[in-house]
Amino acid sequence: MLTPAFIARLRALLPPGAVLFEREDLVPYESDGLSAYRNTPDVVVLPSTEVEVAAILRLCHAESVAVVARGAGTGLAAGALPVDGAVLLVLAKLNRIKKVDPLARTAVVEPGVRNLAISEAAAQYGLYYAPDPSSQIACSIGGNVAENSGGVHCLKYGLTVHNVMGLRALTIDGRLLEIGGAAPDAPGYDLLALMTGSEGMLAVVTEVTVKLLPRPERAQVVLAAFDDVAKAGAAVGDIIAAGVIPAGLEMMDKLAIEAAEAFVHAGYPMCAALLLVEIDGVNEEVSDDIATVRAVLKAAGAIQVRTAEDEAQRLKFWAGRKAAFPAVGRLAPDYYCMDGTIPRSQLPYVLTRIAEMSVEFGLAVANVFHAGDGNLHPLILFDANVPGELHKAEDFGGKILELCVEVGGTITGEHGVGVEKIQQMCHQFASPELQRFHDVKAAFDPGRLLNPGKAVPELHRCAEWGRMHIHAGRLPHAELPRF
Amino acid sequence: MIYDTLIDRIRAAHDAREPLVIRGHGSKDFYGNATAGAVLDTAGLSGIVSYDPRELVLVARAGTALAEIEATLAEHGQMLAFEPPQFDVRGTLGGAVAAGLSGPRRVTAGAVRDFVLGVELVDGTGQRLRFGGRVIKNVAGYDVSRLMVGALGTLGVLTEIALKVLPRPAEELSLQFECGEADAILKMNQWAGQPLPLSATSWHAGLLTVRLSGAHAAVHAAHARLGGEPLAHADEFWARLRDHRAAFFATRHKPLWRIALPSTAPALMACRPELEVEEWIEWGGGLRWIACGAPPERVRNAAHQLGGHATRFSPGSSEAFAPLSPALAAIHRALKQRFDPQGILNRGRMYPDF
Repeated sequence: MLTPAFIARLRALLPPGAVLFEREDLVPYESDGLSAYRNTPDVVVLPSTEVEVAAILRLCHAESVAVVARGAGTGLAAGALPVDGAVLLVLAKLNRIKKVDPLARTAVVEPGVRNLAISEAAAQYGLYYAPDPSSQIACSIGGNVAENSGGVHCLKYGLTVHNVMGLRALTIDGRLLEIGGAAPDAPGYDLLALMTGSEGMLAVVTEVTVKLLPRPERAQVVLAAFDDVAKAGAAVGDIIAAGVIPAGLEMMDKLAIEAAEAFVHAGYPMCAALLLVEIDGVNEEVSDDIATVRAVLKAAGAIQVRTAEDEAQRLKFWAGRKAAFPAVGRLAPDYYCMDGTIPRSQLPYVLTRIAEMSVEFGLAVANVFHAGDGNLHPLILFDANVPGELHKAEDFGGKILELCVEVGGTITGEHGVGVEKIQQMCHQFASPELQRFHDVKAAFDPGRLLNPGKAVPELHRCAEWGRMHIHAGRLPHAELPRF
Repeated sequence: MIYDTLIDRIRAAHDAREPLVIRGHGSKDFYGNATAGAVLDTAGLSGIVSYDPRELVLVARAGTALAEIEATLAEHGQMLAFEPPQFDVRGTLGGAVAAGLSGPRRVTAGAVRDFVLGVELVDGTGQRLRFGGRVIKNVAGYDVSRLMVGALGTLGVLTEIALKVLPRPAEELSLQFECGEADAILKMNQWAGQPLPLSATSWHAGLLTVRLSGAHAAVHAAHARLGGEPLAHADEFWARLRDHRAAFFATRHKPLWRIALPSTAPALMACRPELEVEEWIEWGGGLRWIACGAPPERVRNAAHQLGGHATRFSPGSSEAFAPLSPALAAIHRALKQRFDPQGILNRGRMYPDF
């Protein structure tokens, strides 16, 4: 618990109203986008400037108080879950777009700026910011940097790490780091890559310089229906083998298609699997690639191939995919979204295993994938009001992630580890690698005050969890409150 | 077996605190600061470990020749999109990744670090470690793989690298335009903001050269829009630039500097006449190679004032790279201390104090 004296010192650093400590003010911050994990923060601070952030960090450092940074709170791995005895540092008020340079194709923004707001500000110049996580209306660029967020266009346009050029960030003792910038290939180690996806464990980002791209001249989408999931999976590889890099390459299985169709009437055919292939770029290039993709899909055994006739239909095809999560959400009281990545060639095997495990656990699964980059989002359906079902869903999810590692993939493609997947980190990495992660952390934050207990498990906890797997029936993270 | 020997040598060097100089083909021996020690040859760690064109992923041992990798990819219509330089027509994958140098296509395709998916390395204690993986999207743990890119071997000896590869464009066409430096910089930036299939830009001696890559129809539509004179033997032009075989690089008499600037930074010859530079511009204006006899401090200051940094690209004993701020330097030293506590790996090659 933080003392009233400490909270008084925080209040002295910030304008009135920028420190929240009454219970009713704190409740909205008890979880991020993964609401299965909740913990009411002791105190929330809402600075509006880098200077204020630095002052907060220096005070916390001097008093050895932990700090959890949070952006818009849309994260899906409980990375911004409040920690007992820590300050929750909310960066949402650092929301100024400082500069859009149309000639250099860069934008300089504060961390609280929403992802979509960058593209909106750049639109008048025919430019946009490429990474588009599904939460882009709400999620902030600072959070995107913390999680190395992706989206549906990663295969062609990359993740956050490929689209951020520079950062200003503050270490826990308030020192300013200027990392990268508008000039390429900054001298020294690639700390920009290290910071991107570091889940608020290394430093607090206070400014981001992003790359802007020219809006593609044209975008077109092809929809293909398959009577077999494995055939659809193979078609994904065939498209890439034909030399086409689609802007988006998404796949949905039967349950996801039915849910989406019932929800938004996208005009999807009822089938075992559906692919959406979006091609964008120069007009002539799009025409060429669409012809290639159609031929490949037919050769791969698609029972139906449709090219969107106009922009309205293209958006409608996408509406179904984009509404897949809420649509699946109507099928059961709760769902649990997983985020593994696998080599594409393993798709048929992994889908078969997930279907088998679905029977074993007695929980239905709807599958939605960023198929182009092998990023799976199995949605496990359950009812949290049925005793034991949340636990069962988490166990099932954990097994899916372990399966991803077994076939050469990873436990998280774009959501991050946070609290949620910290046990599976023990499965993916051996002790020497985990130790090096702790070493990286120590190079930035030797006192381990930034976001403690997240992203990288303590080595001894891995050993404990190993034993815990034998003693079935114990809830993972028993120290965390559950609702 | 070969790994055991490597690990044994690193452990012995660690225990004896004897520095090692990591070397593949030695094609970039000139790059960075001079470093002393026994040579640790990685060229024997050679061979492509796995390559599935359908996955767009290639895994190879660090000592594999870039030429071998590119030939294999070409057989399947694919390529290393960051176009790594092959100085003296040599170079290993490990060297390309450790040096972090990219070629002309970097302006649109991305840098070497953008294509590294995972690495295996042996750190300065002789510990074999694996980071990242073989999949395109992966956010488990810190991105230590990319930390190794451009680290010049100072944090570990790379032994295996997984890369994302891309299809080769169906067609390429290079166009030339006569124009001055300032006009070339403006054009490069303006065109980069339009939906054009650009894949490389260059300006030297009054000639702006741009490469278009993509489907036949797209390349020719862009040609119609931009105009310009098609360049014969364009592949050779870009390869000679990439590998520094062009006369500007091969026969100069002044030290060569690699100036990285914001792409819209003003023309150097006009705004810094006192430096008397000869110049070759790449990457849409973001990379300016200059041959310049001015004292290093003046070159560095000019780059810094224009918002970038200067790297000495000719052999020299020290201070090849722009100095780091005290806060960044402290983090560099702390990382070095953890990965190579005895400071045995390429000591001083990046910065003199580690």
